[in-house]
Amino acid sequence: MTQAHSGAGPGAVVEFRGVVKEFAGHRALAGFDLTLRAGEFVALLGPSGSGKTTALRVLAGLESTDAGSILLNGADVSRLPASRRDMGMVFQAYSLFPHLSAGENVEFGLRMRKVSPEERRSRARAALALVELDAHHDRYAHQLSGGQQQRVALARALVTQPRVLLLDEPLSALDARVRVQLREEIRRIQTDLGITTLFVTHDQDEALAVADRVAVMRAGSIEQIGTPEDLYARPVSPFVADFVGLNNRVAGVVRHGFAQVHGTALPLVDPSQADGGVQVFVRPEDVEFAAAGVAGVVTSSSFLGSLRRTGVRLEDGTTLVTQHSVRLNPALGARVHLAFTGAPVTVETSPRLGE
Amino acid sequence: MSAGLRSGGVAHAPARGIRIAILGVIGLLFAVPIVAMVEFTLRKGLGGGHDFSRWITLFQSGFTGQYRPLLVAAGNSVALAIGTVLIVLLLLVPTMILIQLRFPRLRRPMEVICILPVSIPAIVLVVGLAPVYSMVARLFGSGVWTLTFAYGVTVLPYAYRAIQSNLDAVDARTLSEAARSLGAGWGTVLLRVLLPGLRRGILAGAFISVAVVLGEFTIASLLNRVNLQTALVVVSKSDPYTAVIVSLLALAFAFLLLLTIGRLGAARTRSPRPRSLSKGLS
Repeated sequence: MTQAHSGAGPGAVVEFRGVVKEFAGHRALAGFDLTLRAGEFVALLGPSGSGKTTALRVLAGLESTDAGSILLNGADVSRLPASRRDMGMVFQAYSLFPHLSAGENVEFGLRMRKVSPEERRSRARAALALVELDAHHDRYAHQLSGGQQQRVALARALVTQPRVLLLDEPLSALDARVRVQLREEIRRIQTDLGITTLFVTHDQDEALAVADRVAVMRAGSIEQIGTPEDLYARPVSPFVADFVGLNNRVAGVVRHGFAQVHGTALPLVDPSQADGGVQVFVRPEDVEFAAAGVAGVVTSSSFLGSLRRTGVRLEDGTTLVTQHSVRLNPALGARVHLAFTGAPVTVETSPRLGE
Repeated sequence: MSAGLRSGGVAHAPARGIRIAILGVIGLLFAVPIVAMVEFTLRKGLGGGHDFSRWITLFQSGFTGQYRPLLVAAGNSVALAIGTVLIVLLLLVPTMILIQLRFPRLRRPMEVICILPVSIPAIVLVVGLAPVYSMVARLFGSGVWTLTFAYGVTVLPYAYRAIQSNLDAVDARTLSEAARSLGAGWGTVLLRVLLPGLRRGILAGAFISVAVVLGEFTIASLLNRVNLQTALVVVSKSDPYTAVIVSLLALAFAFLLLLTIGRLGAARTRSPRPRSLSKGLS
């Protein structure tokens, strides 16, 4: 498979331009713009109903567009039927053809392309080897585990050397362990083949772990797109801050481009923020124990393997969560002091601040 | 029949003793009239005693002479059965798949429409059909085959249930989308992907349709068409023994047919057993 691919160039450039899609009055995509560079792995992240699956299905040709265009290497494909878009797709639901063996499933796309039987067989074997399932060539879907079925589906999607790989929450039906394993594998194969990939998920860990860039979607358009690091460290809006990673929400005041929280001035991700009362989003890892600072009482603490997360109730009644080394193990009820590390924060102008 | 239509969900089997008792009672219930029929055909006139003379006479005659109408009528019934199956295959199956894939909102109305005929007595149906058939006769002539249209309606509930239960068990939408993304056109999706998965339901629906058509009397009789059942009634007036013999043969044929459905349901080792998954996509 890798061999077969060495001749093919890198993946295609995909461009969404102002794509609009409505379902019975509901706007699933509201002028959706996105460009995927050749060979790039982009994750669409968002809550259900944000339009991420619709964006993927529109690209696949499984849904039509109401307005806007979709370009593949500069050519408009928005009127092309799904069968002629040359994209590999892996679905959330198990989608292997039940009457065909794993090998025959993988061969299906090649059969559609009228590839000779010998070549078909050898390419199918190579594709199954790529997902480490060459020994399961003759098994049927019901003889395979969920993870194996999704791997065969991946091999089936890749064997035709499509211009784009589309992944529609392919891991969400699997258990946690297999999920992590398979996402690493998808990433490895994607990097090896250099295929442009669009990955839809509602799981932020998944998106941050594998993608080159993550696009956070809200109400049919992209709220923010950037590298996982970018998105995590500098969320442009409360929505993104809230959706990506865990957050403390604390009351604060913006003054002169800094957020004042419990006596500490924190830099803002967006310094143009107007002065006034706000809700400040602070990451648990940006709060630490200190000799002096905000005083509070430990109310909870959970061991997470490589780190520990502890909740501290402050005197004003709010709770701050801090993430710290497992070497520290504060007792419940202990009086501690917390300090902010000073990492830039995102704020939300909140009407509730008068309270 | 139930064996053929069972769609994978295996309930707890009752204990062996209870199973035998239930089967025994039901078997006895069905056996009594059949055994009585067989006994009737073996009677030796007024003298008493039993033999196979009537069976032998019938088979030796090769269904010629006075028995000829029965053969013609059986032919009619078989032709009607084939026509009805064609309606199921060419009209009902594609419609159901189309609704499943493209118009899921029409599923409820479709179900109601398809189940409706079972709740309408055949005699009532004929009252409605009579004027329709005066028009059908003008358009297509008064051939026996035109009854297919009426039979297409009467078998709807049975065929629909058989096919729908299979359709529910396969995720037709995802499978067809997967096939399309792999480069398959709609024809290929239907023939290569969906029909193989629906084979069991479609066969069961077809066989049940055949069984229903072979046993149909009311509509054919009231619309003055000849099929196996109406011919049997005519023959039974002059020769009740032969009528019963042919009834038994028809019964055996239908039994074989249903046995085949049962086997199809049980013997498929490759049976698709999709793990149930959230069908709705986010």
